[in-house]
Amino acid sequence: MRKLTYSLAINEALHQSMAEDSTVFLIGQGVKSPWYIGNTAQHLLERFGKSRVIDTPVSENGITGAAVGAAIAGMKPVVVHPRMDFMIYAFDPIINEAANWFYMNGGRASVPVVIWGIINRGGEQAAQHSQALHAMFAHVPGLKVVMPATPYDAKGLMMAAIKDPNPVVYIDERWLHHLEGDVPEEPYTVELGKGIVRKTGNDVTIIGISYMAKEALNAAQELEKEGIDAEVIDVRSIKPLDSELILGSVRKTGRAVVADVGWRFCGISAEIAALVYEHDFECLKAPIKRVTLPDCPAPASKFLEKAYYHSSLDIVKAAREVITHSPQRS
Amino acid sequence: MPSHTTEFLISLYRTMIRIRCCEESLVEPILSGDIRTPCHLYSGEEAIAAGICASLKKEDQVFGTHRSHGHFLAKGGGMKAMVSEIYGRETGCSMGRGGSMHLIDPAIGMLGAAPIVAGTIALAMGAALANSIRQDGNVAVSFFGDGATGEGVLYECMNFAALKRLPMIFVCENNFYSTHMPIRECRVEEHIYTIGKPFCVESLQVDGNDVLAVYEAGKKAIERCRKGDGPAFIECLTYRFRGHVGPDDNIHGNHTDIRPEEEIECWLKKDPIARFEEYLLANKAADSICLNSIREEAEAEAAEANRFALNSAYPEPERMQDFIFAQ
Repeated sequence: MRKLTYSLAINEALHQSMAEDSTVFLIGQGVKSPWYIGNTAQHLLERFGKSRVIDTPVSENGITGAAVGAAIAGMKPVVVHPRMDFMIYAFDPIINEAANWFYMNGGRASVPVVIWGIINRGGEQAAQHSQALHAMFAHVPGLKVVMPATPYDAKGLMMAAIKDPNPVVYIDERWLHHLEGDVPEEPYTVELGKGIVRKTGNDVTIIGISYMAKEALNAAQELEKEGIDAEVIDVRSIKPLDSELILGSVRKTGRAVVADVGWRFCGISAEIAALVYEHDFECLKAPIKRVTLPDCPAPASKFLEKAYYHSSLDIVKAAREVITHSPQRS
Repeated sequence: MPSHTTEFLISLYRTMIRIRCCEESLVEPILSGDIRTPCHLYSGEEAIAAGICASLKKEDQVFGTHRSHGHFLAKGGGMKAMVSEIYGRETGCSMGRGGSMHLIDPAIGMLGAAPIVAGTIALAMGAALANSIRQDGNVAVSFFGDGATGEGVLYECMNFAALKRLPMIFVCENNFYSTHMPIRECRVEEHIYTIGKPFCVESLQVDGNDVLAVYEAGKKAIERCRKGDGPAFIECLTYRFRGHVGPDDNIHGNHTDIRPEEEIECWLKKDPIARFEEYLLANKAADSICLNSIREEAEAEAAEANRFALNSAYPEPERMQDFIFAQ
């Protein structure tokens, strides 16, 4: 199959969505600047013109609100936030307006908007340029939240998010932008609300989110050398969450490690752990381990960063711990 | 004063009196507890909704605020659907999920209302952006109060709307109070309309209790928008006859704000409906029999809307989670 990078997969999703539906448009800060959003928007402006590829002043609240309003008025906007930290300025249109609109208006008007935020971890960018805020959005009824970890899903989830009649927060990760993988040339969608088993296994389920789904696969390879057969789930859709997929796997393995790119407290890892404890407590052979960011703002200095960001090594360590917790390894 | 047809003048009057009668019909049910949703009554401000909406087509979009009963009715929304919503019934325009502050009817271009101050300004701008992309000639109107001038998003929107010459009207209903707080305690410059000027938004102030003045200003601004000449900001000076929320008249009642009695008296004399009645009579556009019969019709319509709502079913609790997501 044709290989494409994660960022160009997003680009292709935008090209194909805009070509097949004239109500789709892209708006946000830096849509004509590779410095802001890499090559994710390349050639869109030349192809679709400035009425549908709209670079904006730094006015996140107003511009995101405009995207929400345009969606209510019948368009399918994609509004991009090159650093999702700046999306906090747009909490009002995203949460108060977009998330609630369909419900509080009794289903009279839906809000088919994609709110696209990019996580920019590392690079000594410190606390306001690197945050992963998916858990905050997932908390809110009425929002869908997706986080692709592969080029295939980057394209398929973007196309599905654009087609969905609801507000979808699409969160990609700059550390994945150069990742190359199989991406079909034709348009396709990846269903929102569906996770995927990336590797089957019997000893422990590793549930990874975004970049940590990739690290989970690396961890599984490492564990294999030690004779530990890990199953790896890529969550892909934070909300709706594919509960059945996660529960089914943990019922089989009896052990789980959740690896998230976000913070620990009230994070998605806590939600997934609670899901398993509520539904399948009896099948657990060991307490669930979580690999998350510490409850600490992102530091700048690279030595602190190294301690702050986790990798496959931390997942391996957590998996070993849940395996050795029980008296007999099954 | 340009001449208008009698038919047009009467339609303006009918819109205003329908809003007034509907609002006042809610007072008793609010006091009795039949209506629980916070109602921010529009009595006293009717000339603005009536004057602006008179120039709008069905396809033009309106976004409102917490005080939007008047916008909904003036844009063409059904009184029964609105009053039922206020009573929390399944027959309400928002199926009883929104209450008084969430009024919508996409079929007539009323795209919604919401009480987060200034929160719908950007939504209206989005509708204007949609119109501009589609080049369909439609215009979006954002109604908001003087209190919204304290929110940053208004300034973001004036800048962007001007930058992209969007077909959008900013209508600031300046009733001189941001909930309990006199607007003069909120800002230094008392002429709110001047905030549009640094953004190169066509900006003006009108007497918001003079329906023809509002109509003329709105018509001109809307025509500009249709020609692609960009947004306008219209400050309408007005006064609400009741408290910030509920039927409170600030003299008795439970005082959602406390305004000087003489100030209220002074504004009651500028009642936009009484003033327009005088105009109609003086210009022989209507006689008092005609005006009375229109008022009686409106009172009957409001009474019927209340009856309809009271006889409508409440939403079923089993269906509480309908409408979280569109399918």
